Amino acid sequence: MSRVQVDARRLLCPMPVIRLQNRVNELQPGDEVEITCTDPGALNDIPAWCRINGHVVLGSRQVGNEWIIEVRVRGDNQ
Amino acid sequence: MSQSQRKAVALISGGLDSMLAARVMLDQGIHVEGINFYTGFCVEGHTHAIRKKDQAKPKRNNALWSAEQLGIKLHIIDIVEEYKEVLLNPQHGYGANMNPCLDCKIFMVQKALEWMEKHGFDFIITGEVIGQRPMSQRKDTMPVVARESGALDRLLRPLCAKNLPPTLPEREGWVDREKLFGFSGRSRKPQMDLAKHYGIEEYAQPSGGCCFLTDEAYSRKLVDLWHARGERKYELDDIMLLKVGRHIRPRPQFKLIIGREEGENNFLEGYRKQFVHMYATSHNGPLVLVDGRLDNEDDLQLAARLTARYCRVPPGEQVAIEVNYVDGAHRQLQVDPLPETEQKLEWTLQ
Repeated sequence: MSRVQVDARRLLCPMPVIRLQNRVNELQPGDEVEITCTDPGALNDIPAWCRINGHVVLGSRQVGNEWIIEVRVRGDNQ
Repeated sequence: MSQSQRKAVALISGGLDSMLAARVMLDQGIHVEGINFYTGFCVEGHTHAIRKKDQAKPKRNNALWSAEQLGIKLHIIDIVEEYKEVLLNPQHGYGANMNPCLDCKIFMVQKALEWMEKHGFDFIITGEVIGQRPMSQRKDTMPVVARESGALDRLLRPLCAKNLPPTLPEREGWVDREKLFGFSGRSRKPQMDLAKHYGIEEYAQPSGGCCFLTDEAYSRKLVDLWHARGERKYELDDIMLLKVGRHIRPRPQFKLIIGREEGENNFLEGYRKQFVHMYATSHNGPLVLVDGRLDNEDDLQLAARLTARYCRVPPGEQVAIEVNYVDGAHRQLQVDPLPETEQKLEWTLQ
């Protein structure tokens, strides 16, 4: 299992989702991604994208003006 | 999904029509996945994300929301680079503003076709309705979209299919043509009735408002940008910045992008390393980016006085302005705010 970082700072909706989606497409089931965003819209969009694609949001936290969202790639990622 | 189940890729904009088209196909037992294209000009979320006063509003992405309501996967595709050719050289021209709607639709269906072939899907669906849009959704342009995109009869419009020749999915019996619709015209009532039938009570308001290129003020700023630079080119940052702040061009060689409130100032902060920028150190006021060249002391003074004009300054007071250059150098100026009467109307780009 690997854990990767995605930098989506200064990107506005839906670019953080696109960055996450493209990275997840390269990963294996069970891998984890930590994405850092400055657009608060990502707090809605990323969980929504995860729900419809079966990935799991492990948690999110705010650090200053940034939001960090942790995602685990679905078991049958394809 | 069964072995024989047919698969359709649906263009999902986030509006009601595309949502209904996908829903109609799901009803017929088709496996549907959504695709949504990001051109950089999508209205979706941007200004809400930036402006402080809008931050209480829901910041959902309507395409994602639609997909979730439908229970389908959604693939969001970044087409910012490829879209430049569509916008800069539209074969079918522009609409009322800088919107190349017909070329845009052709391009998106073409990209959907590529995706369909790559992923082993059988056909494409859209929420188009004949007569709904003056440029891209007319009876005479619908075959143009099918032909020039290369999708041909693998492009099905479930909401108005009965007004068009049967497509491959209909002829092959993958979908039942009798259960498709014959909507036409600008009325939204048939769609609203169908939404009610499906129990869809909440959806994004349908209009031409999903793309900044249909907006007159935005288009004017885009044309100004090309004119000022002497070439029709843009990068993603350019078109993002056109959505933010007050744009004032007092001289042909530079314009000012002036944050209108805290959220916009915060957003503009992210561009401080790329632009000469200035702000008041003596009073509350905006962050101002200078796009272009300050050729001499007069230009610098004018930019600083305009910056001071948008600060909260009691009458008669001067304002200390800090000017920061991209090489890290900076200087302080003491200026009088430019009186409103000296700011020419034609300088304002919106």
